[in-house]
Amino acid sequence: MYTVADLKKGLKVTLDGDPYIVIAFEFSKPGKGQALYRTKLRNMINGTTLDRTYRSGESFEPAQLEERQMQYLYKEDTHYTFMDNQTYEQVQMSEDSVGDAKNFMIDNLPVDILLYGEKAIGVTLPNFVNLRVVQTDPWVKGDTSGSDSKPAVLETGYTLRVPPFIEEGELIVVDTRSGEYSTRVKG
Amino acid sequence: MLANWRLARKQPMLRARARLVQEIRQFFIAGGYLEVETPLRIPAPAPESHIEPIPSLSWFLQTSPELCMKRLLAAGYERLFQICHCWRDGERGGQHLPEFTMLEWYRAQSDYRDLMIDCEGLLVTLARAMTGATAVAFRGRIFELAPPWERLSVRAAFQRYCGMSADEALRLDLFDELMVEKIEPQLGWGTPTFIYDYPACRGALSRLKADEPDTAERFELYLGGVELANAFSELTDPLEQRRRFVAERDYRAAQGRLPLPLPEPFLAELASMPPAAGIALGIDRLVMLFCDAESIDDVVAFPPEEL
Repeated sequence: MYTVADLKKGLKVTLDGDPYIVIAFEFSKPGKGQALYRTKLRNMINGTTLDRTYRSGESFEPAQLEERQMQYLYKEDTHYTFMDNQTYEQVQMSEDSVGDAKNFMIDNLPVDILLYGEKAIGVTLPNFVNLRVVQTDPWVKGDTSGSDSKPAVLETGYTLRVPPFIEEGELIVVDTRSGEYSTRVKG
Repeated sequence: MLANWRLARKQPMLRARARLVQEIRQFFIAGGYLEVETPLRIPAPAPESHIEPIPSLSWFLQTSPELCMKRLLAAGYERLFQICHCWRDGERGGQHLPEFTMLEWYRAQSDYRDLMIDCEGLLVTLARAMTGATAVAFRGRIFELAPPWERLSVRAAFQRYCGMSADEALRLDLFDELMVEKIEPQLGWGTPTFIYDYPACRGALSRLKADEPDTAERFELYLGGVELANAFSELTDPLEQRRRFVAERDYRAAQGRLPLPLPEPFLAELASMPPAAGIALGIDRLVMLFCDAESIDDVVAFPPEEL
């Protein structure tokens, strides 16, 4: 149990059955009046934010969050399925919850899945993922246009800019935090 | 050795702070006020519902020098001021420190209207000393401090900013929330604002109006949405004061909060106190104003987390 005195940015609490993270926090106290703790909270499942004011004496349930190592198995309709490496237990996550991570998700990718109770609500990718280029224009030797990059489509459908010498079928390393090309995989 | 750069960079603020305190001192001394020092560690602070004292052995660190200063008034001292530290447990935020610096002044044979005039005079004098003008730049605005300042009753403020009467807000237990969320942010943007005449139940140690017993002669001073001072026409009736202290003490007990003894010597001497008015002004916030500081942490050398 947390009390209002524990409130600070980054604290994760359960409200109305959902996990919320405190994204802004301000202590106020009108002269001789009671202390008020004004907070802005973000729902960790659907991303909506809300403003709440608390008084001293109020208490909160901590959000029961757990992060587990899993691997990505497959996508079916709008759901992504992951498997716990230890227990072989499978969990599903909606496309909304997966968010931009879907651009870098390939079969068997090791990921960290954030669980709220039984529910998977977030995914953390490795910082670097190897992905195959499925479409890009050929490199014309002696090209004098001066362009130092060109668009490429990856096996996940994600498009990014790569150096001119990258060819279709090559494996490249992508930084999942920035979504940018990092280097080519040799061999 | 690693230098404390954050502390080193505060030097201009701390120099301005020292000057401001000197100017305050001169203002009151020139006005015939006697500077006093009363004990910071006391056996019994005034029991108040929403102010939490910090225990010190079996005594307490003062939450305000109010009671001792009023005992001086009762003993015939007519004009008093004090600059001292006060402690309030659990108060921490952009405008709150659990240990802060308070200016309090008291005038015999006066009421809260005289203190409004004192506030106007003090801030104009400080502005002239600190900026060479009667204006001060704070939070992206220029504030003209030359009087007259806005005077707004609490009841009018509730009607204007909440569309609800103050009495209705009290009945719904929304008074403090509306004050913080709807009213305070609006106060003191054109000129500084005195918000005055609080409902009697929010009067603490203040006198009720002779012709309006449901209203307390209390005001707060705001500038740029920041509360700077709280003032009363002081209650001088020992029986009424004891009744209020007992009610506050019982409220605290019902909430399971720290038990507080009644300040008996104060209650005994209150009968001798002349009609008087007193005011508490937060020095740290005043420095914030004159230094255009974002946070109270910027105007003290050491916020508690850095000790």
